Amino acid sequence: MNINDMISPTVKSIPPSGIRKYFDLLNEMKDAISLSVGEPDFVTPWNIREAGIYSLEKGQTHYSSNAGLIELRSEIAKYMDNRFGLKYNPKEEILVTVGASEAIDLALRSLIIPGDEVIIPEPSFVAYKGCALLSGAVPVVIELKAEDQFRLTPEALENAITEKTKVVIIPFPNNPTGAIMTKKDIEGIVEVLKDKDIVVISDEIYAELTYEGEHVSIASYPEMKEKTLVINGFSKAFAMTGWRIGYACGHPCLIDSMKKIHQYAIMCAPTNAQHAAIEALRNSSDDVGMMVREYNRRRRLMVDGFRKAGLDCFEPLGAFYVFPCITSTGMSSDEFCEKLLMEEKVLVVPGTAFGDCGAGFVRATYASSVENIIEAMKRIKKFVDRHSRLHI
Amino acid sequence: MEEILEILENNSRLKCEDIAVMLGKSVEEVKEAIKKLEDEGVIVGYNTLINWEKTNREMVTALIEVKVTPQRGEGFDKVAERIHRFPEVKACYLMSGGFDLTVIVEGKNLKQVASFVAEKLAPLESVLSTSTHFVLKKYKDDGVIFEKKEKDDREAIVL
Repeated sequence: MNINDMISPTVKSIPPSGIRKYFDLLNEMKDAISLSVGEPDFVTPWNIREAGIYSLEKGQTHYSSNAGLIELRSEIAKYMDNRFGLKYNPKEEILVTVGASEAIDLALRSLIIPGDEVIIPEPSFVAYKGCALLSGAVPVVIELKAEDQFRLTPEALENAITEKTKVVIIPFPNNPTGAIMTKKDIEGIVEVLKDKDIVVISDEIYAELTYEGEHVSIASYPEMKEKTLVINGFSKAFAMTGWRIGYACGHPCLIDSMKKIHQYAIMCAPTNAQHAAIEALRNSSDDVGMMVREYNRRRRLMVDGFRKAGLDCFEPLGAFYVFPCITSTGMSSDEFCEKLLMEEKVLVVPGTAFGDCGAGFVRATYASSVENIIEAMKRIKKFVDRHSRLHI
Repeated sequence: MEEILEILENNSRLKCEDIAVMLGKSVEEVKEAIKKLEDEGVIVGYNTLINWEKTNREMVTALIEVKVTPQRGEGFDKVAERIHRFPEVKACYLMSGGFDLTVIVEGKNLKQVASFVAEKLAPLESVLSTSTHFVLKKYKDDGVIFEKKEKDDREAIVL
């Protein structure tokens, strides 16, 4: 028997990661600066870690209820209300998941009948398309454009909708572009969707990392509340990536369906990480504020660095990524990344890793120290200067 | 401009040009603000935090609890000044509770600190008693953990 023949064609159709090769190169290098990792460089604030340790000391090592500790769900409900004006009943409208990624997978598997279309704005987080394909959906990509500040426009959305559209994914603040949707932008999308039988999956994992104005959730519009599933988590805002705690808030019927899959696949999110998450919501807003201010300063530093290097760079107002255009160097995204790594020992990720329309762009993250960013920007300027000269 | 302090507190070596970019201000604005903070005594110095244990230099630190008699009209300030003016004194705080002043003293060795206490500090007229504690190991100073590993151990992950 050839095991390879036994693997599902759907899984086979998912392309391998295009950035793996860079990581292998990076590991062999000394003095390399990686601006490639999509997670905070901050360690989880100590009070949260301490709560995790205390939970283990107390012997809280059992399963929690499938939906997550009710204490945590109640804190999440309070947080969603205080922070975004969203009201959810912790008993039946909130599910604690293993990272926000699990929630994306559960939501799509709960909703999709093979052949349904899922609208995915790109460039965006790689898991949307992967999970959509695995659920049997047909991904319909909307190419976001630099001239729209990588925002989703009502026109583009309208054009992508067909009779088969079941789900629209709204991924803002966005990885990899750093784009956000303002209140006005969201209102345009509400206008398109309010009378349609389409479910919105709003991935708001970067909501706290919004640097201009306040994050607006599409679920805060009464006509959208029922048909929107809001996904969030602790990884980015509280620097808790390795704890793997995310959550989904939405209609009891959808949450209940997601819970069915969750209880067979996962049982429950790690209990001691849930206890740490309770501490995060109760006592860490100062730490979040400190981290957001620090990211904002690094953001300006990095955007300025790319612009001084002569690259077009739209101003990202959310998440912790900068998405400069590198076409002026005459290189493809892949070439740019490979040469930059080999010649200047700085790793950024090709925009194409986040969808075909990321061609001509690269993603750099400012979840890295100020010193690293200053040094990396010096090297990038040197690199671009040298190659622009060659190009002309 | 509170944010300038947050930046400088963590890294006082950053250039004004970089701080200006980080705050979205002009270089002149930042320079002016820093000068103002210096003039007002908000920024009182730019020190380097050194883990002397990693060098060859001999050094001991002691924390001394001092009980004093406050002076009429001057309270504790006058006697505190008499004490903190000694260059051996790295820090001096007025305390609530069982004693009055905490005095942090640095010296080359135990003998040097002992002679400072015996010859300079204890004989002062207002000093009633002293109790000297030697520091055995510094884990963290001024918010900086000394034995911290600086390596970025985030692993490559697809996202």
